[in-house]
Amino acid sequence: MKKFLGVGVTLVTLVVAVAAPWLAPHDPLRADLVQSLKPPGTPGHLLGTDQLGRDLLARVLYGARLALFIGGCTVLLTAVVGGLLGLVAGFVERWPSAVLMRIADVQLSFPFILLAMTINAIVGLGLRNIILSLSAAGWVVYARVVRGEVLSVKQREYVHAAAALGVGRARLLFRHVLPNVAPSIVVVASLQFSQFIVAEAAISFLGFGVQPPTPAWGSMLSESRDFLYVAWWLAAFPGAALALTALGVNLLGDWLRDRLDPKLRV
Amino acid sequence: MRAYVASRLVQTALVVFLSLTAVFGMVRLSGDPVLLFMPMDIQAKDVNEFRERLGFNDPIAIQYGRFVAGALRGDFGESLRYRRDALALVLERVPATLLLGGTALLLTLAIAVPLGVVSAVHRDSLLDHLGTLATVLGQATPGFWLGLMMIYLFSVQLGWLPTGGRGSLAHLVMPSIVLAAFFAARIARLTRSAVLDVLGEDYVLTARAKGLGEARVIGKHTLRNSAIPIVTLAGLEAGQLLGGAVITETIFAWPGLGRLTVQALLNRDFPVVLAAVFLISVLYTLINLAVDLLYGWLDPRVRLR
Repeated sequence: MKKFLGVGVTLVTLVVAVAAPWLAPHDPLRADLVQSLKPPGTPGHLLGTDQLGRDLLARVLYGARLALFIGGCTVLLTAVVGGLLGLVAGFVERWPSAVLMRIADVQLSFPFILLAMTINAIVGLGLRNIILSLSAAGWVVYARVVRGEVLSVKQREYVHAAAALGVGRARLLFRHVLPNVAPSIVVVASLQFSQFIVAEAAISFLGFGVQPPTPAWGSMLSESRDFLYVAWWLAAFPGAALALTALGVNLLGDWLRDRLDPKLRV
Repeated sequence: MRAYVASRLVQTALVVFLSLTAVFGMVRLSGDPVLLFMPMDIQAKDVNEFRERLGFNDPIAIQYGRFVAGALRGDFGESLRYRRDALALVLERVPATLLLGGTALLLTLAIAVPLGVVSAVHRDSLLDHLGTLATVLGQATPGFWLGLMMIYLFSVQLGWLPTGGRGSLAHLVMPSIVLAAFFAARIARLTRSAVLDVLGEDYVLTARAKGLGEARVIGKHTLRNSAIPIVTLAGLEAGQLLGGAVITETIFAWPGLGRLTVQALLNRDFPVVLAAVFLISVLYTLINLAVDLLYGWLDPRVRLR
């Protein structure tokens, strides 16, 4: 059930994201004031139009593209950076480890969404900076989990055996330790993915992050607030798309965790 | 015990100090707060005067020293927008946030713990499946969207509840439900798995074998032992509630700490940002300390000397 729904919904979102230019009936940015605020079901506009007469279906479809792109880049960046730092911190148990864990403590003394938002407000808005801000706030989780795993894996006999055979430190780390830590990285990544997507939408909703007219679900929801009395569909559909995506990715992550690493709690 | 609390408080102070330094550094590196704040048509002379008055012309090390000295005395400077003491401005907003966060936490525990326990005890019943469905949906639904939909339904369509602001009990209903929804889902899931773990233990079997009633087996032997993971997560979540409050307060125009922080960031009102960062990290670490102390009470095995 989890597997079926998780994989299915995530795949559908992925296909929509990739094929948005072909699926969308209109250009998501083309305004047509004559057609503004049409309700769903209007001929030519299945989900209706927004205050500028832009087609809502097209904007929701393109929103999937942006959400998955931002989520994907952030997950990749945090997994690589946080994973490597955690690997080194767990393996070299001297000052780098202590420094890294203090930095992690400082970051964790602050709610994730607030940290990402503050960084974003300071470094500046836009697509690249929202990815950087989310990554700067999110790498800690990997670093912590991976460090913990490395600390336990490196005590195993096969690692001691490899070391006794004279395997170099780099090879030991990447050939013998990393493959045994990799499942946790995958699980954390899949569980973080939806968190990043929702956080991006929340930050854009608050007025940071991705700015209008770019069709991001968060900024679409933010604009919809001014029209809640006259056009419910502007709030309903982008949010439903976001919730559905988060649902699919969550289920996928849960399923992966059950399969790969049932004890892991993130 | 006392030594432990003292050392944790010193750690807290260190963490708060480091996070303030980080934010100070980022703020100063990000550009000129004066120019960003001034109107477009301002004269260069006025900018310089303003800058001189606020000390932005001094070397960065001196600015940092002054900032630290001020922060130690609780002085973060004057809000660039409201022309008032930044910390006082932030402190004024704390009660509203605590009221919202506290209500949401109570609501979360009142819904999530019974739901999780019942789901675990009647595993694979219809109730369990419905509960699982509700928690999965609750976790996936973004709070700000739930908020907008509730405003549409209960304020716009039905006219039962106010769309935002603070005042009566009615103002508290939607924000606290929205804030609680996500956390309730997580805690219900965790409660269910924690109770299931304990139900498989030998001492539960023993309790049943000696003929104890189901109410005592669950109420006394199971619940107390599954409380530790629940308290751990509830504690972590209580901190994250502060993050959730940022969004919820903005949707419902709730005059709390989160909304002030968002506005200060949007206005680049940095003294207020720094004061808010200070207060939030203090609150957050204190919540975590309280949770750690609670373990000792729940589980004598981890009680500290």
